[in-house]
Amino acid sequence: MEIRVRGKPAVKREEARVLIMRVGGTNCDKETQRAFQDLGAQAHVVHINQIVKKKHMISECDALVFPGGFSYGDYVRAGAIWAKWIVAKLGNEIKRFLGEGKPILGICNGFQVLVEMGVLPAFHGISEFPEAALATNSPPGYNCRWVYIRHENRGNCVFTQHIDRNAVLRIPVAHSEGRFIFPKEKENACLEKLLEGDQLVFRYCSQNGEPAEGAYPVNPNGSFYDIAGICNPEGTVLGLMPHPERAFYWWQLPDWTRKMVLPQYGDGKQIFEGMLRYLEKKF
Amino acid sequence: MPRSTKSEKLYIRRNVPFELYEINILNAGDAELQTISRELGIGLSLDEMKVVQQHYRKLKRNPTDVELQTIGQTWSEHCFHKTFKGKIVFEDEEIESLFKTYIFRATKELEPEWCFSVFEDNAGIVLFDENHGVAVKVETHNHPSAIEPFGGAATGVGGVIRDILGVWADPIACTDVLCFGPLDFPHERLPPGVKHPRYVFRGVIAGIGCYGNNMGIPTVSGAIRFDESYTGNVVVYCGCVGMLPLDKFRRQARKGDVIVLAGGKTGRDGIHGVTFASAELTEKSEEVSRPAVQIANPIEEEKLKRAILRIRDAELASAITDLGGGGISCAVGETAHRFGLGATVELDKVPLKYAGLAPWEIYVSESQERMLLAVPRQNLNAVLQVFEEEDVEASAIGVYTDDGVIRVYYRGETVAEIDVPFLFAPPRVRRKAFWKPPRIEEPQFPEPRDLASTLMELLGSPNIASRENVIRTYDHEVKGNTVLKPLHGELAGPSDAAVIKPLDESWKGIAISCGINPNYGKIDAYWMAASAIDEAIRNNVAVGGKRIALLDNFTWGNPEKPDRLGSLVRACQACYDFAKAFETPFISGKDSLYNESPLGPVTPTLLITAIGIVEDVRSVVSMDVKTPNDLLYVVGETFHELGGSEYYALKGFVGSSVPKVNASKAKQTMRSMGEAIENGLVKACHDISEGGLAVALAEMAFTGGYGVEISLEKVPVRGLTRNDFILFSESNSRFIVEVSEKSREEFERLMRGTVCGCVGKVTRTSSFCVYGLEGEALIDVSIDVLRRRWKSGLGGSQL
Repeated sequence: MEIRVRGKPAVKREEARVLIMRVGGTNCDKETQRAFQDLGAQAHVVHINQIVKKKHMISECDALVFPGGFSYGDYVRAGAIWAKWIVAKLGNEIKRFLGEGKPILGICNGFQVLVEMGVLPAFHGISEFPEAALATNSPPGYNCRWVYIRHENRGNCVFTQHIDRNAVLRIPVAHSEGRFIFPKEKENACLEKLLEGDQLVFRYCSQNGEPAEGAYPVNPNGSFYDIAGICNPEGTVLGLMPHPERAFYWWQLPDWTRKMVLPQYGDGKQIFEGMLRYLEKKF
Repeated sequence: MPRSTKSEKLYIRRNVPFELYEINILNAGDAELQTISRELGIGLSLDEMKVVQQHYRKLKRNPTDVELQTIGQTWSEHCFHKTFKGKIVFEDEEIESLFKTYIFRATKELEPEWCFSVFEDNAGIVLFDENHGVAVKVETHNHPSAIEPFGGAATGVGGVIRDILGVWADPIACTDVLCFGPLDFPHERLPPGVKHPRYVFRGVIAGIGCYGNNMGIPTVSGAIRFDESYTGNVVVYCGCVGMLPLDKFRRQARKGDVIVLAGGKTGRDGIHGVTFASAELTEKSEEVSRPAVQIANPIEEEKLKRAILRIRDAELASAITDLGGGGISCAVGETAHRFGLGATVELDKVPLKYAGLAPWEIYVSESQERMLLAVPRQNLNAVLQVFEEEDVEASAIGVYTDDGVIRVYYRGETVAEIDVPFLFAPPRVRRKAFWKPPRIEEPQFPEPRDLASTLMELLGSPNIASRENVIRTYDHEVKGNTVLKPLHGELAGPSDAAVIKPLDESWKGIAISCGINPNYGKIDAYWMAASAIDEAIRNNVAVGGKRIALLDNFTWGNPEKPDRLGSLVRACQACYDFAKAFETPFISGKDSLYNESPLGPVTPTLLITAIGIVEDVRSVVSMDVKTPNDLLYVVGETFHELGGSEYYALKGFVGSSVPKVNASKAKQTMRSMGEAIENGLVKACHDISEGGLAVALAEMAFTGGYGVEISLEKVPVRGLTRNDFILFSESNSRFIVEVSEKSREEFERLMRGTVCGCVGKVTRTSSFCVYGLEGEALIDVSIDVLRRRWKSGLGGSQL
């Protein structure tokens, strides 16, 4: 089903309401909330049970976030249960929300949820069945490590419009199901569509920005085309496996003790900043 | 009900529509009492059974199975720590209680005002700042992990997290220390019923990662050791650190408070876990005790955690405890005992996984992810609503009374009526212990010519090689507060301690470290314990930790065997001596005894966990060398102490020259190091432990990415004339420190009175360069080569 985006009014940063959803197994909500609050926005963490009772909470907020974790234990497939649950109970609210041009961010498990919901990549609007998957890592197993990702979006993604094209960000991943794949037989066609629609946002790369080309551990999970994050055709939904909330402050960096001069923030800040800048704009 | 036909007359089924037996102990003789204990699987000794018999003779009735099971659980070694509380005759002296005489005595004598609650609750609590406490607990989960590695380890983590929830704290970090048999242990040498170490290793590590990762608690600190003695009996220590606002701490259950059971449903998993944990492992353990291992569901506990923290913050409950060993029977019993109460419990109200459980099974089941709260009646609805909002099942299963009796009902029938004071006064055990030094000789062998390859071999050896492949499977960054990570920097070096910044509004941090040296225990458990304490403290000091508190975890063999108990006494003596000397009180601990399998007892293994406070995380020091031309110092003295060292192990020896600790000098060293770090004079610091000076320096160099150049002539030594001994001695209380030229004077002034030598410097090259006692070039090898060897030691990605 296609999304028609209507004009979105500008929101003052201090009045921006970010709704961070949680369910049993969500576990990165607090640090995600902290990131938004640090940047001056209002951020609330609300259990999905409450939202289902008060569905207007969705239309009343300016941005939605699906944080990291293991929703429903990631049984069946990471993110699958929560995604189906949301589509069933809040599908219409989410569609309306997207139609208003409001942004949705999915981090790690949140990315998995968005793909399972059909909200990403959503080549032709929200899809009934997932068009891609975040499969089990290759090499298999949970992997917690700092990686580099290159920003490859040409301006469509509203979260990253202020980030230079080809800029390299250093952000950690921590997951066991993060291998982004398209159906094998449509792999190249899908990739073409992704590039054409400017939906590719981040790719795993070396410290200098050279593409990983599948090589472990630069590409930590065997993702197709080193894909780390994508957006929807409208650019208002971003999903990514790396955890920007863990690369927000300088003291979260893995080797800050080596630095003589420390930045105030880590690279992860840019993702949150991007979302808030978008909210501040009218279009 | 396990029964032989012979003993049928011992069990009388009560005429009720469910399974309930009276146990005919009133007229039972000794042999029958033992049969009952064995057939019911309650693990009570004859003396204990006789005390039970006397009690029921006074009551003029037979106990029900529910009652006898409750007594068995409560009196088990696992729940009651009979050995640590019992009398021990050692070297013609009678020790009143190991716990009181050694462990708790140090804390009592030190009496630090920053200890908020020690040895009272599920976890020890120390002050963090004036409004917050840090709760810490470390548990063992050895036997379950030997039978079912994944489930055993996962439920070990789950259990210790509940210990932290059980003092109203929010779990913020996990630790894990694991001891396995050698991964290349020959299959043909495995006795029946013993699983291969590689299988155990994979299962345990997956289990630990699964629980912490799924719950979103970073696993930040730990250790892995390999030794043949762990082949039949893996050692799994799971620790958890939590934070709590002190004004929300509630610990006062009252008469009339409702007993609320919350979390997972109750099933047959985890029946008799505690009695299983209090016996040796045998060939049949798998078959007989499989049901004793619980099933883990971390998401259930995640939800439970959210609900409990909300109830804490809203101040809705009056007391809380976790359900661990002994299930409801122990949790209700201990709460009643603690607050001088009795209780009424209705087993029908306990949500079950499936029908068909006998009342005693419901009462003692150790099904996971359950907590027990005492809730004032007027708050009950509010509490139940919180649980409902978090998708957690909760039920009011009874009420606390004031008559000191626990009455348990099932379908209207009284299935147990137990006197609480009796339940908590088991007969004290009296055990014999002796110790004599083992006959181990100091080996004689010439100094090897090629020390570079010795260093390479050490770096790749199982006890030293990088744990990266394991640590990466644990989420060590979730919550975003891990300031110093277990894998440090781009090159993933081994941090001495992890540092967590728990509060957004404060720069204060918590340093978490550990010390464990089971190899030294083969020579003398006293010096093993002293070394573990020194190591845990120096790891903590190395990153900037201060005001350190300790936790003790003993894993020993069967304490009914006097030699095992003798070495335990020795270790406890050292715990007192050195905790007192370092002024580092014990705040919590746990002992796991009966760690024996068909392959024999485990090497006595004491884990010391240290929790320090870092005043300002911005001054934390990491272990990687930072800048070429900086100076390198060795702080502390190196002795001929290679007994139990990795170097001797490499040569196939144990040796007798076990590392010792000179308490007053060690304390001075720690104090000076703390000051130097606080004053910002230290750019890098690494503790010297397994593999000695050479290994520690190599780790610093290849993590920092610069070469180093040192001269062994400059290393402060006593009685050492061999290069290899200086390089690989494992003397305690030593650090390698990087200091910039401009801080040199101030650092040296601060170190006056502490043994310390400037041994060399960081270089712009990539070579690890050591000059020997004669000034000869002894080792010159690339740090990349060293790092590669270190990283591939545990089998690389083959694990």
